[in-house]
Amino acid sequence: MTNSIPEIEDADCIFIIGSNTSVAHPLIASRIYKAKAKGAKVIVADPRRIHVTSVADIHVRQKLGSDVALINGIMNVILSKGLHDKAFIEERTEGFEKLEQTLKNYPPEKASEITGVSTEDIEKIAIAFASSDKSTILYAMGITQHSHGVDNVKSLANLSMLTGKIGKPSCGVNPLRGQNNVQGACDMGGLPNVYPAYQVVTDENNRKKFEQLWNTQLSSKVGFTIMEMMHGLEDGSIKGMVILGENPAGSDPDVKHVKHALEEAEFLAVIDIFLTDTAKIADVVFPGASFAEKDGTFSNTERNVLRIRKAVNPPGEARPDWQIICDISTRFGLPMTYESPEKIFEEIALVTPSYAGLSYARLENGPIPWPCPSKDHPGTPILHKDRFTRGRGLFHALEYRPPEELADEEFPILLTTGRFFPHYHTGTMTHNSITLENEMSEGYIEIHPYDAKDVGLTSGENCKIVSRRGEVITKAVVTDIVEPGTIFMSFHFMEANANVLTNPALDPICKIPEYKVCAVRVEKLEETNTPEIKAAANA
Amino acid sequence: MKIEYVRTTCPYCGCGCEMLLETVDGRITQTLPSKTNPMNQGKLCIKGWNVHEFVQSPQRLTMPLLKKDGVLQEVSWDEALNFTASRLQEIKAKHGGDSMAFLSSAKCSNEENYLFQKFCRVGFGTNNVDHCARL
Repeated sequence: MTNSIPEIEDADCIFIIGSNTSVAHPLIASRIYKAKAKGAKVIVADPRRIHVTSVADIHVRQKLGSDVALINGIMNVILSKGLHDKAFIEERTEGFEKLEQTLKNYPPEKASEITGVSTEDIEKIAIAFASSDKSTILYAMGITQHSHGVDNVKSLANLSMLTGKIGKPSCGVNPLRGQNNVQGACDMGGLPNVYPAYQVVTDENNRKKFEQLWNTQLSSKVGFTIMEMMHGLEDGSIKGMVILGENPAGSDPDVKHVKHALEEAEFLAVIDIFLTDTAKIADVVFPGASFAEKDGTFSNTERNVLRIRKAVNPPGEARPDWQIICDISTRFGLPMTYESPEKIFEEIALVTPSYAGLSYARLENGPIPWPCPSKDHPGTPILHKDRFTRGRGLFHALEYRPPEELADEEFPILLTTGRFFPHYHTGTMTHNSITLENEMSEGYIEIHPYDAKDVGLTSGENCKIVSRRGEVITKAVVTDIVEPGTIFMSFHFMEANANVLTNPALDPICKIPEYKVCAVRVEKLEETNTPEIKAAANA
Repeated sequence: MKIEYVRTTCPYCGCGCEMLLETVDGRITQTLPSKTNPMNQGKLCIKGWNVHEFVQSPQRLTMPLLKKDGVLQEVSWDEALNFTASRLQEIKAKHGGDSMAFLSSAKCSNEENYLFQKFCRVGFGTNNVDHCARL
């Protein structure tokens, strides 16, 4: 996030797009409700009638994957009404002329035709966002998990810069990150193209610096992304894999294909706290420690670095994951001898400029947001205040591109995916929590009454969902939370996993798969429709 | 009876809610929200309130497992570590460091992610390290 979470409460206009905030980030949603109570305008752009729409002044249901057209339409109106921030554009940005040219192709009528959102709503959003003093954008995977995810994010950055709503309190472009430490894993260089703090591996100076720090020779070649690793296992260019606390056999698109790839590995080691679907395929599995059983730090979505502290011992002979990595590395021939996570953190501060001023002693008083370049620096809750990282903010002139897979005769319905409130990702943690499992122990699809009628389905009946990748059987819930022509499904339930169906088509730049749109067919399944399932659905 | 409250951070979503784990004689008895943290202000979601349940699940892994005759079996740390080290050495020697791939974790700590990418980059001379950020 460019701004901190508490700032949301003081925004005058909150534009939520592609984030089911109350389900995926409940404590951020509570800030939205507080802002609303203080008089903020709430705009939600989401194909589903999600819970946060209950406080929305405007809710629009754009067609799946049409976000660039929607945002371009909004920006077209802002320009034609002269609501853009001319001084900000002049002083802080570049590339405006090209954007202006492209936006001419997106008058509200055209944007409406592509997105299914009315021209009146497009105008209302444009006026509310541009004319409010403090306007903030919140987005999540509904924006990123597309074959044009990078374009979606850049479009939101365009909107924020066009209206000068960045680098100021309660404004900004704010991705809500889905995992507790996805920010930290990126910051620490858990990516194939960068060392810690996003220092690119292809830059010779960076490489030399890390070669000196680590006393080694490093590769100048950008490594494989996760999907490329899976392809590598299949074509034989990757022979072995070590997986730390992840479950790609449940979470990746087209999981049938991923499981097959993992089985191809000559050697697969997994470190995890449960026997996940991925661990079951492994040659060797190491029992790790949960967050409650070790010391360390997480970096949350607002870049706050927070401490975790050991409360209890790991079960049986399980060990903290940092210790397991040291053990494997040392036996492999690369000795790693760190006394404690604090010692590792000291090395992190040494090689990571944005963490340079952080220490366990300082974090004892509470979280500090990076960049924190020196011991006397208070941390940075708001990014891009006086300048952008690259100097001037660059506008990207972007054209709408449709999703990779569209509905056709054979697969007439579009599937989109997401989370349900009691569960989390592939459910490794939540299915092992009795309270959460009691809330919801079985997955289902949401299907609109029109489509349900077409197939002859009623709530509680079982159905088969078929895509080009595979098929799953699950319960149907007939509801207008989804629009006609669209069904929704979660990826929490391994026995009926949406990722059997999802499309592994990738964004060309960041290689994110298109989880949010794929074409499917829904079939009624009468023979497996038991009275128990019906009773559960009616309860 | 020894009762302790340990201040820590929730492992679920990216909000970063701070919480107190109440332990009685080395077992977590409940999870309470931190009232002083400006982020969650004394509140937690349903997942946060029940976070100790998965920690103490009987399904947790407690021993290293090694596949023998197609079946994962409990083995000693020594056996699992030695097997792993020798397989990694063999693959590196035979196919080169670029034939290995490493998946880091958005659920593990900064310290663990740092060590893991260092192991990959220094131990194998490859940048084949990624995690689920793009998923």
